[in-house]
Amino acid sequence: MNRAAIDLWVGIFVALGLGALLFLALKVGNLAATDVGETYALTARFDNIGGLKVRAPVKSAGVVVGRVGEIRFDPENYVALVSLQIDKRYQFPRDTFATINTSGLLGEQYVGFEPGGDSEMLKAGDEVKKTQSAMVLEKLISQFMFNKAAEDGKQ
Amino acid sequence: MKNGIAPDVIIRAALMDTSPAHPDPLVEIRDLNFAYDRRPVLTGINMTIPRGKVVAIMGLSGCGKTTTLRLIGGQLKPTSGTVRVAGKLVHELDDEGLYALRRRMGMLFQFGALFTDMSVYDNVAFPLREHTALPEELIHDLVLMKLNAVGLRGAHHLMPSELSGGMARRVALARAIALDPLLIMYDEPFAGLDPISLSIVGELIRKLNDALGISSIVVTHDVQESLKIVDYVYFMAAGQVVAEGTAEDIRCAEEPFVHQFIWGEPDGPVNFHYPARPYGDELMEQPTKPRPWWT
Amino acid sequence: MKATDYLRRLGHFVTDRLWRLGFASRFLLMTVLYSGTALKRFQLTIREIYFTGVLSLIIILVSGLFVGMVLGLQGYDTLQRYGSSEALGILVALSLVRELGPVVAALLFASRAGSAITAEIGLMKATEQLSAMEMMAVNPIARVVAPRFWAGVISMPLLAALFSAMGVFGGYLVGVQLIGVDEGSFWSQMQAAVDFRQDVLNGVIKSVVFGALVSWIAVFEGYDAEPTAEGVSGATTRTVVTSSLAILAADFVLTAFMFRGV
Repeated sequence: MNRAAIDLWVGIFVALGLGALLFLALKVGNLAATDVGETYALTARFDNIGGLKVRAPVKSAGVVVGRVGEIRFDPENYVALVSLQIDKRYQFPRDTFATINTSGLLGEQYVGFEPGGDSEMLKAGDEVKKTQSAMVLEKLISQFMFNKAAEDGKQ
Repeated sequence: MKNGIAPDVIIRAALMDTSPAHPDPLVEIRDLNFAYDRRPVLTGINMTIPRGKVVAIMGLSGCGKTTTLRLIGGQLKPTSGTVRVAGKLVHELDDEGLYALRRRMGMLFQFGALFTDMSVYDNVAFPLREHTALPEELIHDLVLMKLNAVGLRGAHHLMPSELSGGMARRVALARAIALDPLLIMYDEPFAGLDPISLSIVGELIRKLNDALGISSIVVTHDVQESLKIVDYVYFMAAGQVVAEGTAEDIRCAEEPFVHQFIWGEPDGPVNFHYPARPYGDELMEQPTKPRPWWT
Repeated sequence: MKATDYLRRLGHFVTDRLWRLGFASRFLLMTVLYSGTALKRFQLTIREIYFTGVLSLIIILVSGLFVGMVLGLQGYDTLQRYGSSEALGILVALSLVRELGPVVAALLFASRAGSAITAEIGLMKATEQLSAMEMMAVNPIARVVAPRFWAGVISMPLLAALFSAMGVFGGYLVGVQLIGVDEGSFWSQMQAAVDFRQDVLNGVIKSVVFGALVSWIAVFEGYDAEPTAEGVSGATTRTVVTSSLAILAADFVLTAFMFRGV
């Protein structure tokens, strides 16, 4: 094996390996998706975030428009303080309604934006005022059982 | 082999300041003791290797000959005593000093120790490429000169696996003299060679020594071949020097061990029998070892 | 034999292992310290990348393909019971990128390249080539050990990435082409679920760690081998056994750190 042949093979090997990494990053992973573009930050307070995770998607009309940046507990109001990184290309009205939804019955949770009709737009650092907490399955079930029991009691 | 030595080697030898006339000996070993994990290997060794001479260290296998070479090369450190090479205490040098000294030493290992993944040419060029910044054209000339000196210029393209034992040792010798050493150490250079290769290697040792004006240490148990070429002999047994002298002295030595060794007698101070209980007693006993169950 | 004898043996065993670990760590430190030659004359390392990386390509690519195909079959079988066979892409990609890629590639690397490195260095020691190098004032750690070590560290993440990519392709072949899962949802669900930093990059970090571990064990066992035929064969076996265990143990530790469910 002479030097040129070894160099060629090592070159092919490294190119293949980097190609595979690129494939994993772009085609398998989500490096190309959404968060490549520049973002601006919004905040929102939720009574209960359920199982929302950092880097979960923010969707409007089903399209990913941003990601959850940071989740903290607000010790003064006893609520969750969530920062949202929204794609610069998209603007939302001030009265946008932020909800925590679940994709499918048992899927991962995401933040849904339902735009309102305000003519003024949210700016970087603003807070989304109207929020709805995550639906917690156990709560729904116990509520249902309680109601049912109450109805039975009346009869 | 008359024409085996390249003329350049002879000319250069005349220019070097390592002539036999140089007063102090090249290697001086004084009261050397060495132990592996408190098991003594060498005790009270005194040796002097004068410049320009071929000195043999002889003895049975495992008597500490190779260990002595490793101590001279600085691969081991003595437990006590001193090893002085070219005026420097080997065991007190730092890594850098030791490596600088080793550049002036060549060592021929028992089976040549050629690098198996390189051709003959690259093996000889290895020390030149590692230690000098010479251009490839000059290295080419030097390599061919060294290979010519051992008579293997024509084999420069072969791989070590294609060489016979004698040829491999000659290539290793060419590699050992690549950096023009002051001292060459040979570790069992005659082991396992056919008679022709044996005398070729033997003659090469002598001729290179004289032509390059260097000193040589030959560790061997091949009596007849080495006595033909060496100037002085140290005899070792059980980690001690038991006899020393010129080749002639050794040939007519009275010392029973040396006599047995030189003339290859099967019995003498070194017994044929491994120490054992009386023969008769052992034959009368019932066998105590059961037959291994898997046989 | 008395109880104290057993105790003494146990003590011997433990101190012996600790001594070897200490020696191996000092050896790793020396390898890193003497890496100047391997990096300055990078040609030395490139040559070793050829022997460790390029020559492991075939086994890595073929194994990756088969592992991916098996994942496709088994994953589909399980997922379709819950009516979520489109999630096959997620299953295949996540298991490969997070775990199987780095771990299986490293195990294959240990048995293909690690054992070869040990055997090569061990043979060089047995035939006194390392001693000869030392006597020529060339440091064998710098000249022989360090290039092989770095070649392993460089090759391993590339091989693991190739293994994962090949596996995803195998899963795609079986899942989409053979079974008929919807191609669009296969890829899009995969992309939505596999996070670059969380999954892909962590997998790469894992494989770098495994590469360093395997190379370290391989060069050390070779350098420390008894210079005889039995010694070298024993060292080769030890390389495969020790590095396989080390890979799996390190994988647990790394996984515990990386995927604690943020």
